[in-house]
Amino acid sequence: MKRFLAKTYIWILLILLYTPLILIAVFSFTESKVLGSWTGFSTRLYENLFTGRIQGSATLLSAVENTLLIALVSAAVAMLLGTVAAIGIFNLQGRKRRVVSFLNNIPMINPDVITGVSLFLLFIFLHFSQGYLTVILAHISFGTPYVVLSVLPKLQQMNPNVYEAALDLGATPVQALRKVLIPQLRPGMVSGFILAFTMSLDDFAVTFFTRGTIGLETLSTYIYADARKGGLTPELRALMTLIFLIILILLIVINVRQAKMNKDKE
Amino acid sequence: MASEEHIIDLKHVSKRFGDKTVLDDINLYIRKGEFVTLLGPSGCGKTTTLRLIGGFLAPDEGEILLDGKDISSIPPYKRPFNTVFQRYALFPHLDVYENIAFGLKLQKVPEDEIERRVKRVLKLVSMSDYEDRDVDSLSGGQQQRVAIARALVNQPKILLLDEPLAALDLKMRQDMQIELKEMHKKLGITFIYVTHDQEEALTLSDTIVVMNEGKIQQIGTPIDIYNEPVNCFVADFIGESNILKGKMLRDRRVAFIKHEFDCVDEGFGEMTPVDVVVRPEDIYFTTDPAKCQFKATVNSCTFKGVHYEMWVDTDTGYELMIQDYDPYPVGAEVMLYIDPDDIQVMRKERTRNVMDGKMVDETHVEMIGGVFECLPQEGIAPGDDVRVTVRFEKVDLEDHQEEGVVAGEVHFLLYKGDHYHLTILTEDGYHVWVDTNDIWDKGDLVGITIAPEDLLIEKKNEA
Amino acid sequence: MKRSHWSIPYVVFMAIFVVLPLVLVMVYAFQDGTGHFTLANITRFFTDADALTTFAVSLEIAIENTLICILLGYPAAWILANKDLNRSAITIILFIMPMWINALMRTLATAEIFNMLGIRLGKGTLLFGMVYDYLPFMIYPIYNVLAKMDKSYQEAAQDLGATPWKVFWKVTVPLSMPGVWSGVLMVFMPTVSTFAISEFLTNNKIKLFGTIIQENINSSMWNYGAALAFFMLIIIGITTLFTGDQKEAEEALI
Repeated sequence: MKRFLAKTYIWILLILLYTPLILIAVFSFTESKVLGSWTGFSTRLYENLFTGRIQGSATLLSAVENTLLIALVSAAVAMLLGTVAAIGIFNLQGRKRRVVSFLNNIPMINPDVITGVSLFLLFIFLHFSQGYLTVILAHISFGTPYVVLSVLPKLQQMNPNVYEAALDLGATPVQALRKVLIPQLRPGMVSGFILAFTMSLDDFAVTFFTRGTIGLETLSTYIYADARKGGLTPELRALMTLIFLIILILLIVINVRQAKMNKDKE
Repeated sequence: MASEEHIIDLKHVSKRFGDKTVLDDINLYIRKGEFVTLLGPSGCGKTTTLRLIGGFLAPDEGEILLDGKDISSIPPYKRPFNTVFQRYALFPHLDVYENIAFGLKLQKVPEDEIERRVKRVLKLVSMSDYEDRDVDSLSGGQQQRVAIARALVNQPKILLLDEPLAALDLKMRQDMQIELKEMHKKLGITFIYVTHDQEEALTLSDTIVVMNEGKIQQIGTPIDIYNEPVNCFVADFIGESNILKGKMLRDRRVAFIKHEFDCVDEGFGEMTPVDVVVRPEDIYFTTDPAKCQFKATVNSCTFKGVHYEMWVDTDTGYELMIQDYDPYPVGAEVMLYIDPDDIQVMRKERTRNVMDGKMVDETHVEMIGGVFECLPQEGIAPGDDVRVTVRFEKVDLEDHQEEGVVAGEVHFLLYKGDHYHLTILTEDGYHVWVDTNDIWDKGDLVGITIAPEDLLIEKKNEA
Repeated sequence: MKRSHWSIPYVVFMAIFVVLPLVLVMVYAFQDGTGHFTLANITRFFTDADALTTFAVSLEIAIENTLICILLGYPAAWILANKDLNRSAITIILFIMPMWINALMRTLATAEIFNMLGIRLGKGTLLFGMVYDYLPFMIYPIYNVLAKMDKSYQEAAQDLGATPWKVFWKVTVPLSMPGVWSGVLMVFMPTVSTFAISEFLTNNKIKLFGTIIQENINSSMWNYGAALAFFMLIIIGITTLFTGDQKEAEEALI
């Protein structure tokens, strides 16, 4: 009985959560302009997406491109910066460590509007013309804390002597880093990268404030503009469905990997 | 095996972490081929000493010599030493073979030679069939062997071992002790071994270095250390012992537990307060009234496997521990004697607390991080530097830290037959020694108070 | 070089891109357009009926949203973390996944459904959409804490005579508070400050505080925008004070 109630509750919540997404997926296979009116099965929206035969297609496709480019570059930089930082923070002690950890928390606690506005003011203040670079810098600033938080536990799990053991066996500090530290931190670095990457993909507000006036569009800003013009471009439904699937697959892969790693440990 | 030639010399080495001194003027030499053990409780500085030798830490003062040459500034990867770490520190992303070959690969040793040498050390540690195994799939004992093999394959001049057996269970530990000893004999290189386990140290070592609170307490062979501890700490730390307050009456005659005994010690002077150590296996039962030196009543008797451990109350009111192969029933009146050879007399490190202080006003003195009330002092003005003397038994301990003038914790305790002798470490890092009949445990938090009349205050000489 | 020095590049980076911007928010908030010190932006907020109402409405919606998320999310997290009731890792992934999908897309999808069903957009739809957007952010940290919790606490409580109900309220709930707090952190502040989401879900009928900030910044009223952002910062400060132990809340996140 208890099990039944619990299952029912979970499934009701899941159905509520997924109805909109599923609806979009369903209506991505019809050509109608608005959601809810079925005009027969068609894969036209997907075809258009790939062939680029959409109204304003150039902007949608370049928005997708920009989004991916910004996410990749910012997540990669965040991974490097965050990993080095995590090693440093791990070796800090007492008050210094608390201060740096506190700083690291700020971007995660700050709502994106504040992050966006504050960075906007920074670039104005520094007379820094806004565009790709400023968006990427902004994304690095909110992505890196997630890398730090993913790498730190790996450092904690690591036997504190392995680095010294490498030195002891004749490795220079750089060799010890490359051959011993990095391989052990890699899982944390990868999940930090993925977190930073998805945070960047998902971002709207920070990009909105830091992209300047050069007409740089990411998927989020494109959707925002599109929706404000009244009604979504139908092809977006196909795009959303694709993104949804990609993320689903990514998440399952990560989780299976993690489960496998946990099993290996046992 | 050990030659007279020194391989390592530590000269006036000190190390501080922040404002905590972990090593205080260490002087030590290690002979080539020797098996040396650094022994002491946690926090005594033994691991720090090993890390200094290994090059993972740099000394704040003093120098470390290898074959007479200073190596303080040589990084660990250039020192001809290898270390077996406490929790092995095997690289989890590499298999057994790759772990062992790690150092050789870095030295760009040819592949076929690496293989030969790895196989040879694997055989040495009896792990020949495990080359391809993942290190996580090995048991603690097997990981240990791999860690030793990984260190030895580089043919170090010295093998450093940091509590290598601490994580193993008792049986495995004993087996590994024998193997280590044999390996040492076979290889002929110097082993420097760190442990807090006195049995392990006694079993393995040619030389034991007993350390406590950053200082070397005693250096000697296992037999020397066991039979002739130089102070209460060593006596208490190594093996079981009865440590008692005594008085040297004259050469070869000592009084303790309110009886007089012949002993073999000389040169302490007449009527000198001393500490006396008698090992529990050195107190003998006798039925011969002529041999009997004192009488006692058995108050507990516990079987310990090989022997029985008995606590007896002497006719003079002291409690002693005795180990014997034959049990005596609780309540039995027994006659006891001790051989002169088995009485170890030690000079007292101190006979009372002597503390530096400063007068705050006429009836208050500031010392050990607190202000104590004292009797009005004549001839000492507020602000004067003073020396305050307090007898051990006059220091009172309170259950709650806030009830004392100064807060501290019980840092070390010794049972001296009829009372406990405690070392209290105050919050500000001062030591206070206390004699008490109350029972405390190590680590208990206490407050320190001293009655005004028990503070003996003298003005310090201007010089 | 000490390995603790490796944190220096990041500290420098954060000083420029995290600390300095926040300082600038405060500086701009107390300046007029020509860079002179003024309290005008602050006083303007307290006399700006529009901004004050929005501020109040935003707080109200955020509090309601947070409470609903806790009420719906805690039981869900508890069920997911309970090995007897849920053995599948997939259900957990399903709950986490919406977190990874563009919030704007999800919001638009929700708004489309309301349109399809002919429901008029307003406060009700806004709250529904907000809960829909933020529920996973509440469930995930609570689930994390509950799943990592040492079972022996509950067993010890049972052993000492607590009924399952008592065990839940006296042991499980107090011990899971770090998760709830980090959930609150991830739901409350973003709700107050969202823009776009409220526009889509109410057809621009209800503005939230984030929208006002955005409008001011976009119409080049940087100083007043900064002042409004400054008030947000104060609320953030207060919420983080309430959410207590940073470290525990942070651990619940990863």
